[in-house]
Amino acid sequence: MRTIVIEPEYEAWRNAARQLLAQGVKPDEVLWTDDPQEASLFIGEAVGTRKPAAEAIKVSSAFMDMAKSASAHTDAKRWALLYRVLWRLTLGGERHLLSLATDRDVRQIQDWCKAVGRDIHKMHAFVRFRRVSVDAVTGREQFVAWFEPDHRIVRLAAPFFEKRFAGMDWSILTPYQCAHWDGKRLHFTAGVPRSSAPDEDALDDLWRTYYRNIFNPARVKINAMQSEMPKKYWKNLPEAPLIAGLIAESAGRVQGMLGTEERPAKPAPNNAYLKSLHDMNQRTAAKPTEETGPP
Amino acid sequence: MDITRKLEILADAAKYDASCASSGAARKDSRGSTGVGSTGGSGICHSYTPDGRCVSLLKVLMTNACLYDCHYCINRRSSNVTRARFTPDEVVQLTLDFYKRNYIEGLFLSSGIIRSADHTMELVIEVARKLREEHHFRGYIHLKTIPEASQALIALAGRYADRISINVELPTQQGLNTLAPEKNLARTEEAMGHIREKIDERYAEKRKPVAPKPPPFATGQSTQMLVGADASTDATILGCADKLYTAHRLKRVYYSAFSPIPEPSSILPLKAPPLIREHRLYQADWLLRFYDFKVEEIAHAAAPNLDLALDPKLSWALRNRETFPVDVNKAPREMLLRIPGLGVRNVERIVRARRYTGLRLADLIRLRLQMKKLLPFIVTADHHPARMGLDSDSLRARFLPPPEQLELSFDAPPAPAAGDFLSVRSGEL
Repeated sequence: MRTIVIEPEYEAWRNAARQLLAQGVKPDEVLWTDDPQEASLFIGEAVGTRKPAAEAIKVSSAFMDMAKSASAHTDAKRWALLYRVLWRLTLGGERHLLSLATDRDVRQIQDWCKAVGRDIHKMHAFVRFRRVSVDAVTGREQFVAWFEPDHRIVRLAAPFFEKRFAGMDWSILTPYQCAHWDGKRLHFTAGVPRSSAPDEDALDDLWRTYYRNIFNPARVKINAMQSEMPKKYWKNLPEAPLIAGLIAESAGRVQGMLGTEERPAKPAPNNAYLKSLHDMNQRTAAKPTEETGPP
Repeated sequence: MDITRKLEILADAAKYDASCASSGAARKDSRGSTGVGSTGGSGICHSYTPDGRCVSLLKVLMTNACLYDCHYCINRRSSNVTRARFTPDEVVQLTLDFYKRNYIEGLFLSSGIIRSADHTMELVIEVARKLREEHHFRGYIHLKTIPEASQALIALAGRYADRISINVELPTQQGLNTLAPEKNLARTEEAMGHIREKIDERYAEKRKPVAPKPPPFATGQSTQMLVGADASTDATILGCADKLYTAHRLKRVYYSAFSPIPEPSSILPLKAPPLIREHRLYQADWLLRFYDFKVEEIAHAAAPNLDLALDPKLSWALRNRETFPVDVNKAPREMLLRIPGLGVRNVERIVRARRYTGLRLADLIRLRLQMKKLLPFIVTADHHPARMGLDSDSLRARFLPPPEQLELSFDAPPAPAAGDFLSVRSGEL
């Protein structure tokens, strides 16, 4: 049995896994850890400095993409399971393994990928930039956002923001890693506490005005909202403090609508366009039109 | 009137349009420009309101003043609602300010009709032109168009927009004659046909690289139909949707259950249909588009309305019990798609896996399928449902939900855009 200590990054796992595979090491002969404290309990074996074997073993890019995504998950078991599936796909002879969504190991990796994918998607959705300044020299607007992802996704999620917000300078701060864009280069720094990010933006009030008015009180569906926007995100969303009030007053607003006196139809104003429409409608009504229902 | 007050009025005026999709646009982004914006890939819902609808676009009207008198609409000329009007620059600034804060991923601009169709279209187009040409905005733009607007203006709208749409509103001309006397179904369909031709040109050009490049145009069109405002049956509504999907290749038809508005009309008294009806229509729409069902299989003259208690696929299976059970290890893909409780994605998983292994119940459980729903309809290596059970009349009763919870889970469609999907979640009462 050997213990492999790696950085909690996909590249570190890949380098180690390549070497182990080249040596034909079976999955149950390895313990994996990305926790340096835990590693000191074992006689750790350094990997990553040696060159991989000349004859690299081939594995599909579909698996490497899955491995990259699953690596961002926080489950400590991921390194060992990824190696086991890699081994089964190659030396184990189960080349078709990824076709078996019914396989326990494959299913577990797919679940991790799904959780990571969802976390990235929610980061793209719920990051809120706050404008902090305008660069005196370049004239570029500068924005800062705070986000708390569940998994280690900042590197995977950042390219989207580079493409979308190339014309402004921005930083996204998170507890474990921060991403920065200055118009030329995307780079990453260590995590920071919540207090490093601004709380408000001058536009937040106008945004809340929009949110309040786009809501339809006649069709309240709280579960549908919460399944897509779970409460854990609310503390960093400027619109979320409105939710309770909107729900509370919705029944009263609908009662108000139902109690309103019905408005009579007003005659058409004298407008040339309206008149031409009515003429056109009358002409088409004169000849039988095609039935639009089902055959 | 200040910008806050205008936004209140013109967002409130726009909220009855259910469309919120921001997916399916051509891939473009802001790298190398001084602007912001990107499209392509799946849409992003940046927030959700307590009505369960997603907020992905800034959805506003240019003005809520309107010449038309559509009785289901809060903005009709007979309504006493407060009127407001944005200037193009105000909408441009709001869009950019909201976009840079990542509140939204684009603009959905519509308008009440003032002076004429062309005049109104020009106002709407001017906003899109400024965003694209003066501010290099590469985000999503959805423009509502008017069937009676000139071809040149619709072409221009399509040049700036990622999606354009015309709402049919009601599936029959009789319905429109009563409730929306200015609207005409034939003219709407004619305009959709022209838009389809322009979209087709755009895609044809991709296959023939030597042909002269046509002007850029939106990648898709969609529409909305109101449910419950007139007497149209589900068969009529789905028939109309199916026609629009096949004849004009619409990306989406949105169904919007008529809901009470603050300015009720004497011609259309408030009687909201159950929201579950809207949900069942979305489920049926999914069956048409992704499961190869025909309208007549879901709703027809003898039973023109969908069963509100059961989802339409399960209803179909119960009406066609002789088709089942289906052997998941042998049946063709199109039969697997007919099994209640089995969605497109899991059908693909089964088809791939069964090439290498005989599927047993334990395998299906690992796929986390809805076994209770599935079991009466399938055969696996280790399971054959009792014939009696399948034929018995108690089968339908078994699937009826307890009166308190009418919501049934629905098979996930193939990777829908987040924005597309959300408006489908409407089965809750």
